[in-house]
Amino acid sequence: MSTATPVTFAARARQSRLTWPLLALVALLLVNVVVTPSFFSLRIQDGHLYGSLIDILKNGAPTLLIALGMTLVIATRGIDLSVGAIVAISGAVTCTYIAGAPDPTSASAAIIGLSMALGLCVLLGLWNGFLVSVLGIQPIIATLVLMTAGRGIAMLVTDGQIITVTNPAYRQIGAGFLVLPISILISLAVLAAVAVVTRRTALGMLIESVGVNPEASRLAGVQARTIIWTVYVFAALCAGVAGLMISSNVSAADANNAGLWIEMDAILAVVIGGTSLAGGRYSLTGTLVGALIIQTLTTTVYTAGIAPEITLLFKAVVVIAVCLLQSPRARAALRRGKTPPPVVPDAGTPSAAPDLGVLADVPGPVAPASTSSSHSAQKAGQR
Amino acid sequence: MTQTQADDLRPTTAEPVVLMRGISIEFPGVKALQDVDLTLRPGEVHALMGENGAGKSTLIKALTGVYTPDAGTTTLNGVQVAFHGPAAAQSAGISTVYQEVNLCSNLSVAENILLGREPRRLGGIDGRAMRARSAEVLARMGLDVDPASILSSHPIAIQQLVAIARAVEIDSRVLILDEPTSSLDADEVAELFRVIRSLRDEGVAIVFVSHFLEQVFEISDRMTVLRNGRVVGEYATAELTRLELVSAMLGREMDLLEEIERAVAESAPSDATDTPLVRVTGLGRTGAIEPFDLTIRAGEVVGLAGLLGSGRTELARLLFAADRADAGHVEVDGRPLRLRGPRSAIAAGIAFCSEDRKGEGLVADLSIRDNLVLAMQAARGWARPIPRRTKDELVEKYIEALDIRPGNPDALIGNLSGGNQQKVLLARWLVTEPRLLILDEPTRGIDVGAKAQIQKLVADLAAGGMAVLYISAELEEVVRLSDRVVVLRDHRKIAELDGRDVSVSDVMALIASGDQADHRSGGTERKAS
Amino acid sequence: MKAAQLPTRPEGAAPVATSRPARRRTPVPTRFLPVIATFVLFVAMFGVGSVRYEGFASGQVVANLFIDNAFLIVLAVGMTFVILTGGIDLSVGSVVALSTMVAAAGLQAGWSAPLTILAVLAMGSGFGLLMGLVIHYFEIQPFIVTLAGLFLARGLCYVISVESIPIKDDTFRSIATGVIELPGGTVITPSVVIALVVVAVAAYVLHLTRFGRTVYAVGGSESSARLMGLATARAKVGVYVISGFCSALAGLLFSFYMLSGYSLHAVGMELDAIAAVVIGGTLLSGGVGLVVGSLLGVLVLGTIQTFISFEGTLSSWWTKIAIGTLLLIFIVMQRLFVGRKA
Repeated sequence: MSTATPVTFAARARQSRLTWPLLALVALLLVNVVVTPSFFSLRIQDGHLYGSLIDILKNGAPTLLIALGMTLVIATRGIDLSVGAIVAISGAVTCTYIAGAPDPTSASAAIIGLSMALGLCVLLGLWNGFLVSVLGIQPIIATLVLMTAGRGIAMLVTDGQIITVTNPAYRQIGAGFLVLPISILISLAVLAAVAVVTRRTALGMLIESVGVNPEASRLAGVQARTIIWTVYVFAALCAGVAGLMISSNVSAADANNAGLWIEMDAILAVVIGGTSLAGGRYSLTGTLVGALIIQTLTTTVYTAGIAPEITLLFKAVVVIAVCLLQSPRARAALRRGKTPPPVVPDAGTPSAAPDLGVLADVPGPVAPASTSSSHSAQKAGQR
Repeated sequence: MTQTQADDLRPTTAEPVVLMRGISIEFPGVKALQDVDLTLRPGEVHALMGENGAGKSTLIKALTGVYTPDAGTTTLNGVQVAFHGPAAAQSAGISTVYQEVNLCSNLSVAENILLGREPRRLGGIDGRAMRARSAEVLARMGLDVDPASILSSHPIAIQQLVAIARAVEIDSRVLILDEPTSSLDADEVAELFRVIRSLRDEGVAIVFVSHFLEQVFEISDRMTVLRNGRVVGEYATAELTRLELVSAMLGREMDLLEEIERAVAESAPSDATDTPLVRVTGLGRTGAIEPFDLTIRAGEVVGLAGLLGSGRTELARLLFAADRADAGHVEVDGRPLRLRGPRSAIAAGIAFCSEDRKGEGLVADLSIRDNLVLAMQAARGWARPIPRRTKDELVEKYIEALDIRPGNPDALIGNLSGGNQQKVLLARWLVTEPRLLILDEPTRGIDVGAKAQIQKLVADLAAGGMAVLYISAELEEVVRLSDRVVVLRDHRKIAELDGRDVSVSDVMALIASGDQADHRSGGTERKAS
Repeated sequence: MKAAQLPTRPEGAAPVATSRPARRRTPVPTRFLPVIATFVLFVAMFGVGSVRYEGFASGQVVANLFIDNAFLIVLAVGMTFVILTGGIDLSVGSVVALSTMVAAAGLQAGWSAPLTILAVLAMGSGFGLLMGLVIHYFEIQPFIVTLAGLFLARGLCYVISVESIPIKDDTFRSIATGVIELPGGTVITPSVVIALVVVAVAAYVLHLTRFGRTVYAVGGSESSARLMGLATARAKVGVYVISGFCSALAGLLFSFYMLSGYSLHAVGMELDAIAAVVIGGTLLSGGVGLVVGSLLGVLVLGTIQTFISFEGTLSSWWTKIAIGTLLLIFIVMQRLFVGRKA
């Protein structure tokens, strides 16, 4: 590890899967500054922080939250397509309860409503986890069931209507401020909590182990079933909270459109952040960066005065670009003719670094990079 | 299996089919092959011998066009060739059958034989002609397999023969068999050898790679021995003794085998009369193994002998609760143990190293360190991580004790050689300080040096008081190591031989007793799927 | 292949080497079971409908199933190819929308109908080709690449126009309103014929051409297929071209059906297509499935909607719930079935 081989920052950066996403994020931010010079400016008004950056964080909070749950699911070699439907269900249940409560403006109505919604989300997560871990159904199909049926369930709850509520307590979740918007604080708190819980304990390593080889993990005594079950419940819970943020922000539940495509955004955020859909090693920092890229992109399109619908186009381009830049094959093709692929047989730090893992995997030659470099070395060997 | 009784060396005046001269291949940092020559003659079985990492696979891949040599020439029937990929080699008449059957198990036998060369009629594939043609090939090889049946419905042995049938159908002049026997039982090996001999008699040049020395002596006419990427020599099998072959393969490491013998001899069971550590009564599972009794004492090595599919793996999996038993119970230290899953077995001090290293052992994308502490960490639960320093100490200790290479704890286990992977998996269990260690085929597919090291380790562990249940297809290993040998046949425990005076032939006689056809039933279902 | 000739392994029995023994000949090979299950379900649903509702059991209701779902049949056929290789194509719904937009915009710009149709089909195939190349040569997961394709196609729709564009071309309108009368007074549309031709061609390609068999081989084991010297790259890229072509064709059928191009057409239709393929018995892991199954899958989905329209009081969201439930039942059945075999 700490042998005398001098590893320049540039070399390490080149190996890190986060380099390209970070550069993409910086580039996007720069575009914004060029278009709107006041982009980075922040101002405080009534003790609240305002500014474009805050807007990006605020609008990206639900996606980030869902992407955090998704990261852990993907690390176990799974995927959860149903989170968008769960977003809709969560908002629908809460708003329907609040609207029908004896006092629709009271805080207690909001609390009971959102507790019911989150309880239901846990149940839905248990359901997904049951299909995947107990029945052993492929995650992509298992969650497709709820993705298809879930929005129907949400519409069933709201009877196909858009339910609007006027409840100040409920409004706090999505639109409230505590210097920063409360939704940002919630998402960042969850990020920190996940980082600490998975990296300070052995949970992260066990999740990765289950993702790489479930059967070997089971035979080594890892409670693979429980772990898989837990990550699906956690993902559903994250989606539920995100659903509350979204519906609370507009004080309404729209079963048809709330959280539409958000599962795709979340998966993109995870993938852009460098976590492989094949499971195994994951990066929470990467997910954060990925979610920020997606939200900044959307904002950039707005501020640049392009029709908002065309955001999709840019999203597609960014996804392809980032994925290509991360693909060992494409990297090899880029490098061909310049320098031979660097061979770093022993590179890589353990992912379960003892210090705070989230930060540990930013600059160093992170473990996934060593996978890819040995991979490309193999490729080079075959030529 | 009669030893060293090779076929008479057949006169091979024929011109060589394949001549490889001066082949060198270099990977970044490794000289995989240096100036290697290989000569293959028609109508001859040519064994390619060497430890893991000696360069056998690389040489095969150079021949079949997977790798392009950095230097050297290959001629096929006197014409210099350079293949770009296995498909090109195949169409030139060089076919390979790999250790893991490389066919499509979702398709029919006939399709697997003819895929890519299907007979066509009226603009479409002619299914009837296809079945007829493959039936013909199968009949030529003396196989009774329905060409229309789905490949996955057959055991591995048959699938392997179908792979050979495919090569035969292509009219290959060179057939490479890479570890074809590692998952076959004795009858199946005999069947394979019958096919190999008939192909040889038809003039096919066959390359045979295997770790089983008896088989090599039985089937091959000639052999090329590699060590560290260089050719040690080419020999006629009949003129070589086993000892000479082993020393050619191992070089100086020859004394390791003697060392095992010595270590085993030293580790005589200290107190075999103690109360049993594990007592199994009537444990069984329908379709896997009939109810059996078994007692294992501390410091004792119990060998499980039997053909593949006799129920030896199934027995081990029941004891470890990897599969659920539907009858019987297990006592550890006289206390009943409820087998609800691997965790309960682990908690009772039982450890299990699966025969399927890749599928059930390795966590390939994680480091040696993570793999090594996985079982210990799982037993502690996720909330109590092993402190970094303890982890480092453990890892360092076992890398040194088991001579794991590379010694870098951060190397990904997936990149290690088979023997070193096996050592890490052993270490994974040793750190949990088990009282009963179940080893299922711990030496399969690894090189001779590592085999010796692992057997020595088992003897040492038993001497140190650990109970070991040792399963291996190599009866010599079982007999050499075990204090008692349990013999299984047809999913049933048929005998338990006490003491150290058991010989390989005793065990073989027991296994072979009974109806021949019975041996074949069952067994490979887990693999076939 | 003659079904009667295929022996099946006795369930639960251990596989036997050099199988001389009990070669039991069951009439139906196990690989057809899922498709038969789907067929039985379809017939049963139809039976229930006939008993419950007056006028349900008419030839025209069956014909309408085909008329209303012709585009979905074509889409599901393309999806079947992709799923057979173990891939997935999420872009199909968006490509349908893009096809309606290109067709509508092209016609509006004065292109002739044949030119428009050719352009749309070329566009769809090209789109699929591009995705296939990226998936194969850069080894990026199909899920991600086609997800990007989904965004890209939908985004391109908006670039063409945010508003709906009506189609006024005579050829299109005549195809759209054209009917073909069948004996018995039942009528179908040209779209139905096109869809059925697509199914037939697909079945031919999958079962009687080397390309088709390679598709199955890749789904069974890609590395084996490559070592066998099969043209795996062609198959892997080819299925996305086929899926792109089918999406474009489905888009044309859809524009006959709607007579407009609109960016919000066919939102979420990829899920219907995937659901139809899964209900039709194709394994998402690849290698196993029949294109006829996908046709039946579409018909089952269509029957659910017919039910809801006959029921009258049921709200539309029950469709989603019903599809989800069916999907669940089939997935669990598949799982138990495969699980028992393994």
